[in-house]
Formats: sequence, C-alpha cells, structure tokens
Amino acid sequence: MQQKIALKDQNLESRIYSARTVTAIVIVLALLGVVLGRYYSLQIEQYETYRTQSERNRVQLQPLPPKRGLIYDRNGVLLADNRPSFLLSIVRERVADLDATLAELQSLLEISEQDLKRFNKKLARSRPYEAVPLRFRLNEEERATLAVNRHRLPGVVVDAQLLRHYPHGELFSHALGYVGRINEREAQVLDETDYRGTFHVGKVGVEKYYEDVLHGTVGYQNVESNAHGRVLRVLERFSPEPGANLTLHLDYAVQKAARDALGDQRGAVVAIDPHTGGVLALVSTPGFDTNLFVNGISTADYSALRDSLDVPLFNRAVQGSYPPGSTVKPFMGMAGLESGLMTPQSTVPDPGWYKLPGASRLYRDWILRIRGTGHAPQVDLKMAIAESCDVYFYDLARRLTIDRMHDYMAEYGFGDRTGVDTTNERRGVMPSTQWKRSAMGQPWYPGETISAGIGQGYWLATPMQLAAATSVVALRGERRAPRLLKAINGEEQQAPLLKPVEGTPEHWDAIFDGMREVVHGERGTADYLSQGIAYEMAGKTGTAQVINIPQGEVYNEEEVAERHRHHGLFIAFAPLDAPSIAVAIIVENGGGSSAAAPIARAVIDTWLQGETVARVPG
Amino acid sequence: MGDYVRQMPNQGSQDMARTPGIAMRLHIDVPLLLLLLALTAYGLFVLYSASGQSMDAVVRQGRYFLLAYVGMIAAAQISLQSYARWSPWLYLAGVGMLVAVIFAGVGAKGAQRWLEVGGFRFQPSEIMKLGVPLAVAWFLADRTLPPRFVFVLGALVILGVPAALILQQPDLGTALLIAASGLFVLFVAGIGWRYIFGAVVLAIASAWPAWLFVLKDYQKQRILTMLNPQSDKLGAGWNIIQSKTAIGSGGWEGKGWMQGTQSQLDFLPESHTDFIIAVLAEEQGLRGVLVLLSLYLLILLRGFWIGVQAQTSFGRLMAGSLTLTFFVYIFVNMGMVAGLLPVVGVPLPLVSAGGTSIVTLMGGFGILMAISTEQRRVTR
Repeated sequence: MQQKIALKDQNLESRIYSARTVTAIVIVLALLGVVLGRYYSLQIEQYETYRTQSERNRVQLQPLPPKRGLIYDRNGVLLADNRPSFLLSIVRERVADLDATLAELQSLLEISEQDLKRFNKKLARSRPYEAVPLRFRLNEEERATLAVNRHRLPGVVVDAQLLRHYPHGELFSHALGYVGRINEREAQVLDETDYRGTFHVGKVGVEKYYEDVLHGTVGYQNVESNAHGRVLRVLERFSPEPGANLTLHLDYAVQKAARDALGDQRGAVVAIDPHTGGVLALVSTPGFDTNLFVNGISTADYSALRDSLDVPLFNRAVQGSYPPGSTVKPFMGMAGLESGLMTPQSTVPDPGWYKLPGASRLYRDWILRIRGTGHAPQVDLKMAIAESCDVYFYDLARRLTIDRMHDYMAEYGFGDRTGVDTTNERRGVMPSTQWKRSAMGQPWYPGETISAGIGQGYWLATPMQLAAATSVVALRGERRAPRLLKAINGEEQQAPLLKPVEGTPEHWDAIFDGMREVVHGERGTADYLSQGIAYEMAGKTGTAQVINIPQGEVYNEEEVAERHRHHGLFIAFAPLDAPSIAVAIIVENGGGSSAAAPIARAVIDTWLQGETVARVPG
Repeated sequence: MGDYVRQMPNQGSQDMARTPGIAMRLHIDVPLLLLLLALTAYGLFVLYSASGQSMDAVVRQGRYFLLAYVGMIAAAQISLQSYARWSPWLYLAGVGMLVAVIFAGVGAKGAQRWLEVGGFRFQPSEIMKLGVPLAVAWFLADRTLPPRFVFVLGALVILGVPAALILQQPDLGTALLIAASGLFVLFVAGIGWRYIFGAVVLAIASAWPAWLFVLKDYQKQRILTMLNPQSDKLGAGWNIIQSKTAIGSGGWEGKGWMQGTQSQLDFLPESHTDFIIAVLAEEQGLRGVLVLLSLYLLILLRGFWIGVQAQTSFGRLMAGSLTLTFFVYIFVNMGMVAGLLPVVGVPLPLVSAGGTSIVTLMGGFGILMAISTEQRRVTR
C-alpha cells in the first residue's frame, strides 16, 4: 500500500482530471445544445404546426341534429311524432373484459345475433373511446334492470335519441310513408353536412316528399373534449333549426272510416275536398306498421311483408293501376255533350249488345246476362249513367274515336300523374293511337275503342286519378292538383289551380242528374246507398275485369277463383248542391261495385257529420 | 451529527477561525443547496399543474423532497474515508439483492424489479445507482491514474455485473444509467482515448447483433416508434406524437400555468412522471425550458467545480461520475420526450413525481457536498 501511494502523482492526476472535466463540460454543453435546439425547433420553428394539432386535439366540431318536424291531421291529431328511444352502447376502453360484459348483458336482456353482428362490425371501425351501439329500443323494464346493475357494468352506457313514432301505426301507413335508417345509396345523395348526426331519412310517402321541410337545419357545437373523447365544455354553439311541422288535409275520422269500411279486403280509398284539392283520406289495404321500419326492420318481418301475396307495401291509392270500368261514364258523357255529338236528350237504341258496322263481334251489355235484353229500347244519357248502360257508351266511343276520347279524358288528368305530393305515383294509361304505336308498336283496332268507351281494355287509372277526376266534375270543371299538405308551421298552403275542364252549365247539370240517379234513382246501380241518407250524393259504379272473358262465355262470380273475381269500383261526391267531398274506391276482387259503394257512403257520412259538428258554433 | 461535533475540535481550529460558517460546519455546499432548492421549487410548481391540480400529489412529492433533503444532509456528514471503506460492502449487498430479485422479486407490468421486506418495497437497482460509482471509484482511487489495462478491466467487471442483472429484469434505462455511472468514473480517471474510441467502435459494431439477439421486441418497437411515431398513431406512437404536440404548441411564451390543453385534457400520457417536461414546455414555453436548463447547467457546473477542487482521487472520481450521471438523466429524459431518443423509463431529475429516484439523486448530492466540504478540511 505504501508503495502504491508513493507512486501516485497527485498533480498529474489533478491535471488529467481537470482536462477530462473540461472535455466533459464541452460534451455536456454540446449535448444540451442539441436538446435545446430540438426544443427550439419544436416550439419556435414548428410552432404553428403543433399549435394547430393541439387545437385539433382539443376542439371537436359536433353536429347537433335537428328535431324532425311533426305531422298532424287537419284537426290537430298527431300522426307522426318523435319519441325518446333508449339505446345501449359500449365504450370499449372502459370495459376490462368485453366478452364477460357481453355475456353479463345477455343474461340481463335479450340481445339477438343480429345485434351482436352489427355491434362487432361497428366496433372494429370505432376508436376505443367511442360508444358503439349494441341494442336499440330498450323498454322501461330493461332500462331499470340496467340501472340496477350499472355498478357492475363499467363502460356500458344507456343513451337517449329521438326516434320517429307513428302513434296510429298501420292506419296511416300509405298516407304518411315512413322514415328509416339512411342507407349507403342515400348517404351518397344526401347533403353530407346537413345530415351529419342524423341517422334517419324519409323513405317513402309524405315523409320522403317533404323531407327537406321536415328535416330542419343541422346545428353545430364546438366542444372541448379530453383524450378519452369526453366532452368537457361547450365553447360555441349554433343551435339546430327544427324541421317544420306539417298539417295535412287528412282527417283522422274519415281515414278511420275508410279503413274500417275496407276491413280485411284489399283495396284503396281516396277522398278529396274539391275546393282545396286536399286529400281527406288515403287508404290502401293491407297496410303495415310503419314503426317497424324506423330503426331497421328485422329480416323476418321484412320478408313477410315483401313476400305476402297481398303486397302490403304497395300503395294501391297511387301505385295501383286498374281498369276504371264504368266509373268513366260521367266523364265520357260530358265529352260527348261537349263534342256536340249528342245532347242530354238524344237517345241510343239498346238491344243489350253492340256491333260495329260490318263486323261480327258482339259487344255485350252487362244487363244482357241478367235480363236477356237491354236497359230500354231507347236509352238517354241520364239513364245510361244511372243504369250504367254499356251500349250507349259503346256507340259514343265509336263516334268520338279514341284520339278525341284521349284528349277529352286527358283534361281530367287521366293518363298522367295528378301531381299529388307523395312518392311513387303512377301515370296509369289513357290509350290513343299514338300511345299504342309507341308503347306496343301496333296499330289501333276499332274494336279497342269500344272497350275503352266503358273504361276497359288498355285504359288504366289509379284511385288517386279517379278521385281527382271526380272532384273536377263536382266543381263543374274547376281543377286542382290533389294535395296532402295543408299547412307548414301553421301557414296555409294553396294547391295549384290547373287548367279547368270547359263545359256548359246545362251539360254539367245533365251529368249531375245522371250521377244523382245512380244513388237516388229507382233503377240506379247503387240505389241501396240512399237508404236513410240525409244528403244528396252523386255516384257512379264500376266493375273491372281481372281476366279476359272469351267471346261467348259468361262471367259467373261463384265459379271464379277469388283472385280472379272482378274489381269493384265506385266514385262519388256530395252533397250534390255544394260538393265538399269526392271519393274514389276500389276493392280488389270485390266481385262488383257493391263491394265498393257502401265504403263511399261510410266515408262521406263521416266527413259530412264531422263538418256539421265543426260548423255548429260553440 | 453527534460524530461530527466530537470530531470538530481535533480537526480544524484554524479552519473554524477563518470561516466559522454554519454551512461549513453542517457540511453544506451553499451554492449547490440554493440551486437544488430553486430546482425542486420549480419542479413542485410544474407538478401541481401536471398532476391535474392535485394538492395531494404536491404534498406527497414535498414529503419526498423533505426526506431527500434530510437524507442529503445526512449523507453530507459522512466522511469520504467512510464512503470509501463501506463502498465494497454496499456494492456486494446490492449485487446480492439483485440476485435475490431474480428468485424472490415482485413484478409489475412484466418486469421483476422489486424486493419486498416486511411489507416495505424497494428497488435494489436504485441502491446501485450510488453503489456502482462508489465501488468503481473505490477500486480505482488508490491506483496510479490513468488506470492500467487490468484495472480498467476490473472496473468494467464491477459495473458490468449489476448492469447485466438489471438488464435481465428487464430495465434497460436503469441498466444503462448504472453502466454509465461506472464508465464515467473511468472517463474522469483519465483512461486513454484509445479505450474510449475502441469502445465507441465496438458499440457501433455490436449494434446489429444486439438488435438481433439482445433487444426484446418491445425495446425494438420503442426504437422504431421513435424513428416514426406516425406508424402507430394510437399505440406506442401516441405518446411521442402527443408529447411533441404539447412541446411544440407551447411556443415561446407557453399557454400559461395550468392552461396546457395537451396535459390538462389527458392527451399527454405520464404527464406528471416521465413526460413532465412536456407539461413544462407546453405551459411555460421555451422560456420555461431555458430556465430549467439554466438551473440544470448551473448544478452541473457546480458539480464539476466540486470535482476539480476535490483533494482526493476518490472524491474527484465520485464528483465527476455523479455530475455526469445527473447530466445523463437530463439528456435522456428531455431527449426522449422530444422524440430524439427512444422512450426509456428515465425521469426528469428532481422534477418528475416519484420518491425513489429523488432520494437516490439527493443522496448523490449529499456525497457531492461531503466532497465539497472535505476539501476545506484537508486544505491547511
């Protein structure tokens, strides 16, 4: 030890040490310089970049979806509202064991395979702090169960959202349509900004037609949120503008009367207030519960609706195209009078059948089968309408020719959309030589004109068209487009006036006479309607063939399969002196007009009764 | 303290006559103490904000500081001879405990680092942060310096054994710090530059085999993440992206105390521990970073000065190693948070929350104070 110490040169060691210290200080300063340079680069040179990034971290723009406008009937009965619906979501990052939590939830409430599949799909695309919905539409009991077990289920969230609700379900299904979840195709068309935060959109009917009005304007809020996505405070807020509330012309009582009268028959009823064009009732049966569609209809429910032979999703009132049958006779009669080919007094001989000059084919009158002869040796217009004489109109059609017939009928709106404010309306068919050439590439045959004269053959009309045409007659030519919408946010909307149907008053009187006779005349085809009636009704019956009856054969109702039976039709307006309602009714395979006419009585009774009640002061 | 009072009369009545300061008598280096007080005060100030305005966290940290200051002053009272005498035993005890960790250690997060004795948990590696430099300094102090090759090898074995034991826990950060503290002793002892360059060349040459055979997957991942944090935005890269955002968005002036959105809204991970510098940089701006760096630099310079003034080899070697190790903490921590270095578990010294590192660091400053006050006794 002694030796070693003696060998140590303290001065040398101190010098070496000092040199090393200086080296160390140089290195330390250099490295601290590097660190400082890094902070300088981040904080001064790249300040803007990181400043922006931190703002983006902190502040999030959150859409505030607007409240969808409500829909009322003309008397303020709520037809579509929004109800809070509770949904169960899971925040992934707050759940320790997802499988265990899911198993626990499954023991508490029903979670379908479909729910799980959707949840897993969404989970894969979500950030860990986002709430992923698992179950929609929790009922009160389920919410209570969850509330009790909340402490055992961290990361399980119950949220409320406003969902469309149709209090009357099936009753207004075709009148209102429905909303449903936005699908991928719609997402591409809809304005992305406007629909941020909105999950539903009008799919069909009024809900779709007035989507713009009902939707409202989206609002925004700038929120400060933490790294877990939790909103800490609202920095700025632009409130959403709720969608406008719609009042429709629909009358709950009339709609219900029509629906009840149709019962379990397939068919459609359209009732219009001629003075406003307002649609008082729009029924198509069978209907369906529109609430099923709001939050995603189950596959089973949907295929049941889609595959049903009764096609409940089909809106017969505007999509259904039927041969209008004898209901066209008043319009045809008016055309005959206006064309000058006949007068109210001129008559046509009626042997019960009709033959084109120089042709052998026999066109039967429907009465031939019953009486073995015609309605009368000579038939005038009033009788022709009242008793629905086919021969009279066969003759008129021949003289009028199909193209002039087309032009007259087009004035009432046949062959074109009425423009009613709902979706999927069909045009029907008002045949003409030109139509047949372009549609079928064939020339028009004279015999086809005869069939068209009584609303058969190629002629197809929707119940909406028939109701609209009837209201034109009711107002003696004044014409309005049918409208479901009455008011937006209480502000009355006018249906546009269309080009009127010209006609001399005497001619209209003659048509009125004939239609009055249908209901009130002794030999009227719907004389049974006048029993106990308190007002005067004008009507016209109609029957439409579903299958073609070969020449010489006779239609026998009982022998024909139910779905091959004739459609029953009826149009009417009332009261005769001051019409306030026009209706068109079709009952599919009803056999004949007697299936449809009583429905008109029920609908008109309800409407006029309601009017009387409404008019009584106090 | 009693020991010291007894010793005083024998040792330096002249000394007493010249500078009878109470600081000298208590073996306190006043400039160092003032700098440390300033640093710890600044640290508490930042911690209050970084912990989400938690007075609890500040009080807890304050208690550690109190304990650490008491420990530092106590450590300052022990003579350097005693340190030299006891260092091999401390070292051996430390190695023993590191071995014990392998068999009876308690783990957390996949690493076994803790020993539990009678309900009291501690990390033996923390003891070795002082044990290794003390042992290496003890081993070299009595040799001719610069040390001969065999002694260099001996020193490497002394520092290598605990470093290897800690590396397998696994705790890369601490292993590197401990190895560095021993190497720094060799550096200030004046080992030839050829060794140093040789070591650097060897280190570079072994980088590829180390990547293939030594580094564990998560360690490789950290390095990859540092190089490209965007590659794993929501995972490991998140920390670095968020800390760089916090630092950068602070700018020159900072967002203001407790106004840092990155830190207050939980975007910044580990904001009160390893990543606290990001909170400081975000809220105090580059100005605050400069203040902190200045304090650190002054402490480092004081440490170097104490080393240069030291009268014994042991004191010199210890002072140099402690100071440089302190610097490594600063460099590694500030570098990793700013994305310059891979993320390793090294706290920002005396600012990050956490008891053990504070106590160890302050213990080191206690030894520095012992060195600083020893010289004056020797100077006659």
